[in-house]
Amino acid sequence: MKKRVLAVVMAAAMLFGLAACGGNGDSGSGDLIKVGIINNDPNESGYRTANDKDLQAMFTKENGYDANFAYGDTNDKQINAAQQMIQSGVQYLLLSAQDVSGWDGVLQDAKNAGVKVILYDRTIDADASLYEASVVSDMAKEGETAANWLKNQNLGEYNIIHIQGQMGTAAQVGRSGALVDMANAEGWNIVKQQTGNWNAEQAQQIVQSVIDAGTSFNVIYAENDNMAQGAVAALDANGITHGVNGDVVIMGFDTNKWALQELLNGNWNYDGQCNPLQASYLDDIIKKLEKGETISPKTIIMDEKGFDASTITEADVEKYGI
Amino acid sequence: MQKTEKKKLTVKDILKNIVSRQIFIPIAALLALVLFNLIMDPGFFAVTLKTNSAGNPVFTGNLITILDYGSELAILAIGMTLVTAAAGGQDISVGAGIAISGSVILRVLCGSTTPWPDKMQAPIIVAFLAGCLAAVLCGAFNGVLVAYFKIQPMVATLILYTAGRSIAAWVNLNQLPIVNDKSFGYFGNIIPGIPIPTPIFITAACLIIIALLMKFTTLGLYTQSVGINESSSRLNGLNPILIKFLAFVILGLCVAVAGLIKVSRLSTINYSVIAKDIEMDAILAVALGGNVLSGGKFNIAASVLGAYVIQFLTTTLYKYDVRSDALPAYKAIVVIVLVVLSAPTVRRYLNGFKKKLTLRLSGKEVG
Repeated sequence: MKKRVLAVVMAAAMLFGLAACGGNGDSGSGDLIKVGIINNDPNESGYRTANDKDLQAMFTKENGYDANFAYGDTNDKQINAAQQMIQSGVQYLLLSAQDVSGWDGVLQDAKNAGVKVILYDRTIDADASLYEASVVSDMAKEGETAANWLKNQNLGEYNIIHIQGQMGTAAQVGRSGALVDMANAEGWNIVKQQTGNWNAEQAQQIVQSVIDAGTSFNVIYAENDNMAQGAVAALDANGITHGVNGDVVIMGFDTNKWALQELLNGNWNYDGQCNPLQASYLDDIIKKLEKGETISPKTIIMDEKGFDASTITEADVEKYGI
Repeated sequence: MQKTEKKKLTVKDILKNIVSRQIFIPIAALLALVLFNLIMDPGFFAVTLKTNSAGNPVFTGNLITILDYGSELAILAIGMTLVTAAAGGQDISVGAGIAISGSVILRVLCGSTTPWPDKMQAPIIVAFLAGCLAAVLCGAFNGVLVAYFKIQPMVATLILYTAGRSIAAWVNLNQLPIVNDKSFGYFGNIIPGIPIPTPIFITAACLIIIALLMKFTTLGLYTQSVGINESSSRLNGLNPILIKFLAFVILGLCVAVAGLIKVSRLSTINYSVIAKDIEMDAILAVALGGNVLSGGKFNIAASVLGAYVIQFLTTTLYKYDVRSDALPAYKAIVVIVLVVLSAPTVRRYLNGFKKKLTLRLSGKEVG
């Protein structure tokens, strides 16, 4: 009996959860542009949180939008949400897909219903006729910017600890590829290449293992800020200096505010931007489409900077920190 | 003739006694790892005294690294062994529990105004107690589901396993708090002047407390009897619901301590990756300790040793440049070997083999 009560309670909770995902779409009036926005779980990372906040701030009634947000940490949930949005009659569907494939069917439905689809943040493997535009980061370019910066440091020798992100993700592939290519071309020595799975503790252990083995190194190329932070913790514990005027050059990615602060304090040397602020680009595209223009080229790559500890300012930290 | 045989038997008995002891499995695994490293590179065991960036002396070396980074797992192994013994199942929500308690600790320390305050807004002990409360509540939630509603432990703890990290993020309103006060880092690093990492001391303290609990209370005996036969222990006046519930609450406390060490290491938290997959390692530690995963007899010391074996394996593999993606595969091999060895058919076969061997040996002696 008790079990049955519990089962009912849980089933009710699940139903409630589904209903909550559905959201509402009937609050619009007159001139507002109806958009459906599908994103990933905002808790996923600081990057995602910033991304979601930016979208929430842009797509408001004040800016002329009637926006409906849905979040999903799997493709299935996102596709469900997309179908509901198409049925509820949105004019635009903004999509940051969890997986690259599996979207052809629902995008075809959208096209048939006259819904214009704009991809942001992540691209998908679907025919380009199914969407109007896509706003993305070029991870390989981020890596190249960082590798070029490293080359320009003119260190006498390069002994690099390369801490990779979760293997196979777009960010890891792009950022790793650029460094490895540059290392091969310039004859740099990568003393350790290991994945830290975006995880600070794992990065800390990897660097500690290099130190314990007595291998010398002078660059740490970590593919996100968290791993750079873990690496620095290992250096601190062993009394190895880092950052500006230090023995080891520290490089990170994602421009978290605290990471830029480390740059400003001279503890790190470089941080590459991965821009989560796509809302203004999306707003632009929708305005153009409303006027009847077409977007060409369809893929819009955002401007992304690399920050150097010697040139970064307090204003940069405020402006670009996420 | 009679006498000599008796003597030989005692030597054999001693050997048999050692081999059949539960703690033999993790010790053998540990020795194998030590031997491997000794042969490959004796320098593996070197410990040197260095000075860290703050100018404090600190011991470093692979051995220190193993003891240091194995701490959280060793502490979790204590609680996980008790839960396994009492409930006959495992708690898979400890990683999420660490995220929650760590998040609560940071929330209390950072206050509500900004996630990056210059000064701590509350004493560390208050924050830690709040973290303990959160972790014990999680443990109690699991405990009630398992003990009172009789839900399979793995299914019951699946709820927090899936929801826990979102709860942890919600506690801090999705922000990533950072504690700038150096003294908070003492728990996960070193206390100035003491060259041995603090987590080692914390683990030792936990082990002493649980050893005293086992020695001076009947908790161990009761846990074991509930695990072996629930209904007969109830008939003997024990309260199985309470014992199981207690096991989960103790595991909750272990989670809180592990959470404190984890968030103190870097003075911050990342909800989605902190203590990721640690529940699987904790269960593996219990299995490596030779404990029966379906409940009953248990040996905490063996589980703790098992935890250090896992960390030893991790550190060794890092040293030899095995990709950390591949680590789970190596752990899987260990699990497969253990599971196969403890399977009834294999046991029977091995026992038969042992008997044959003894027969042949004694036959030779007689001949």
